[in-house]
Amino acid sequence: MATKTGSGDFVDNLGKVYGIYTGGFAAFVVLLAILEQVGVPNRWIGYLFVFFTLAVYAGIGVLSRTMQISEYYVAGRRVPAFYNGMATAADWMSGASFVGMAGSLYVLGYDGLAFVLGWTGGYVLVAVLVAPYLRKFGAYTVPDFLAARFGGHFARFIGIIVLFCCSFTYVTAQVYATGIIASRFLGMTFEVAVFVGLIGILLCSMLGGMRAVTWTQVAQYIVLIIAYLIPVVILSAQKYGVPIPQLMYGQALQEIAGLEQSLVSQGLADGAKLRPHITPFTDYDKANFFFLILCLMIGTASLPHILMRYFTTPSVRAARKSVGWSLLFIFLLYFTAPAYAAFAKLEVYQNVIGASLDSLPQWVYTYGQIGLMKVCGVDATTAAAVKEACLAAGRTDGLLHLRDLAINRDVIVIATPEIAGLPYVIAGLVAAGGLAAAMSTADGLLLAIANALSHDIYYKMVDPHASTARRLVVARILLILVAICAAWLASTKPADILSMVAWAFSLAAAGNFPALVLGVWWKRCTSQGAVAGMIAGFGVTLFYLLATRYGGMAEWWGVKNISAAIFGLPVGVIVMIVVSKMTPEPSQEMQDMIDDLRTPRGETVLDKVKA
Amino acid sequence: MASPDTSGYWDKTRTLMWITMAVWVFFGFIVHFFVGALNSVTILGFPLGFYMAAQGSLIAFVILIFWFSSRQDAIDREYGVAEDD
Repeated sequence: MATKTGSGDFVDNLGKVYGIYTGGFAAFVVLLAILEQVGVPNRWIGYLFVFFTLAVYAGIGVLSRTMQISEYYVAGRRVPAFYNGMATAADWMSGASFVGMAGSLYVLGYDGLAFVLGWTGGYVLVAVLVAPYLRKFGAYTVPDFLAARFGGHFARFIGIIVLFCCSFTYVTAQVYATGIIASRFLGMTFEVAVFVGLIGILLCSMLGGMRAVTWTQVAQYIVLIIAYLIPVVILSAQKYGVPIPQLMYGQALQEIAGLEQSLVSQGLADGAKLRPHITPFTDYDKANFFFLILCLMIGTASLPHILMRYFTTPSVRAARKSVGWSLLFIFLLYFTAPAYAAFAKLEVYQNVIGASLDSLPQWVYTYGQIGLMKVCGVDATTAAAVKEACLAAGRTDGLLHLRDLAINRDVIVIATPEIAGLPYVIAGLVAAGGLAAAMSTADGLLLAIANALSHDIYYKMVDPHASTARRLVVARILLILVAICAAWLASTKPADILSMVAWAFSLAAAGNFPALVLGVWWKRCTSQGAVAGMIAGFGVTLFYLLATRYGGMAEWWGVKNISAAIFGLPVGVIVMIVVSKMTPEPSQEMQDMIDDLRTPRGETVLDKVKA
Repeated sequence: MASPDTSGYWDKTRTLMWITMAVWVFFGFIVHFFVGALNSVTILGFPLGFYMAAQGSLIAFVILIFWFSSRQDAIDREYGVAEDD
């Protein structure tokens, strides 16, 4: 077991440790590139990539094992702001962000930027309204805070329900993404790949809890950001001679606008149906665009697996700063995603649409063979298959028209190395990056769920006298059980669960945000008010989600189901204020506690209560 | 209570909160109301309205958080409630 002084040394030497790690990773990529040149088959390059990175994460997880409660739940509160920022960024950016974000931007154009804005702007709310106060409070979990501020188990229990609803579908989707990436690059069957991914995820989190997850997430962030940037940087250098895609895709946008017009004038695209890339509000109307941004931002500031990362910093000051670092590291990926989308669209408009059906670019067939590209309604496996299908669909000119092409959103990032004509090693790197993104998010979510079950339900509600060792054993058993449930569910490929992930933001926003914010910023907020507000806000949101999706209910004023919190949030806030005003003011003791919560100096509120 | 002037401290903290929130609303929402008009300006190939949603606002958010945390730290120190370095 690592001793306390041992891990202290580790924290002092973080720069060196991760510097060497990054250098080692770069050397490893170069080594694989050399192996590829001397003729090692692609499949082996893929295996080496995935197994080497998995082994490193698992190694960090095992080295960080711990038997101390505060190490297990909050990494001993010694994670420096900068590294906590990296860990949060990895925690935040899921497999879908890594693989699917650029694809959504490709399809939606300007309207897709609602996701880019919503998933970044929320951190301002985290920094200003929530994180520093939760850090000062000194809780292990978000429901822990709700219980202390709003008097007891009822508030804790609602907090756990909200946490569970927004985290479980999310973690299932991450395990699913792990399975997809592993199966695509390693050629395993999907079901096996899911369980291989699961073992990797468990090795990172089980023995060391938050401490292990923190240090693996930093390692995973480094891999994922390198993997995301390299292909598009090379592509930008090839196309425009400047390796800064984030600046150069302005030119691509101009070329896309020109091509959009010429495709229409050549009759290759339907002018009425083509939605120009930069034109706003073509997929979402104006109201839905802004509702979506608001729900995603407030959801960000309410997701338990993100908030709990700020419990690990050494001070309140570090917690605030750490939010800034988090957003900076997230920004590096999110401001690159639109460049991927623009370069891919340019490639498709230039070289694919209008090409003769006999000679589409090779990468179209590569992805058609794994079911990700469809032409005229069939998988684009070979030139002959494509030609036949298009003839049957009544295309007689032998050219590919815009509306005959259907690209799976995941292709945009994955295919970029091939579009740029790069060696396979870069594709392997992208796979390792996607895997890191999915695993790091899964780790954080699993820990959030398992900690709520072990700390909030088992320790606080079932057996408050449990010994330290017993609590840690229970925490680990629950972690494994939750992980197995998620993996089993993911292995059934549940389409519904995957589309429900988008709900997590609305559910978290309506369930947690009003209680967290008013709990800190409004002393007059009472327990009854908070509980009533959480139930009302969460209830309205859940009702809207279920009724519009399964109940056949029409959308209220055309608000899309992904922005359901637009109804739940105001209801929650109003109920919370009205009920609080109707019930007696919180006790002097509680008001003093809130004053203490607002004062950065001194020990945590919980430690003071215990002493 | 850590300091005799708790209410002065909290007043300043709250003012800073509202200022930060106002900047957040501006870059998160208000700028994008005018995307149509902004798109008539082009910089380095980017229509300005598109650029603000894809990069400009994001950069503003990052700077805003670092600015906020240094301002809040200054308030903490002024009222003697900052943690020891």
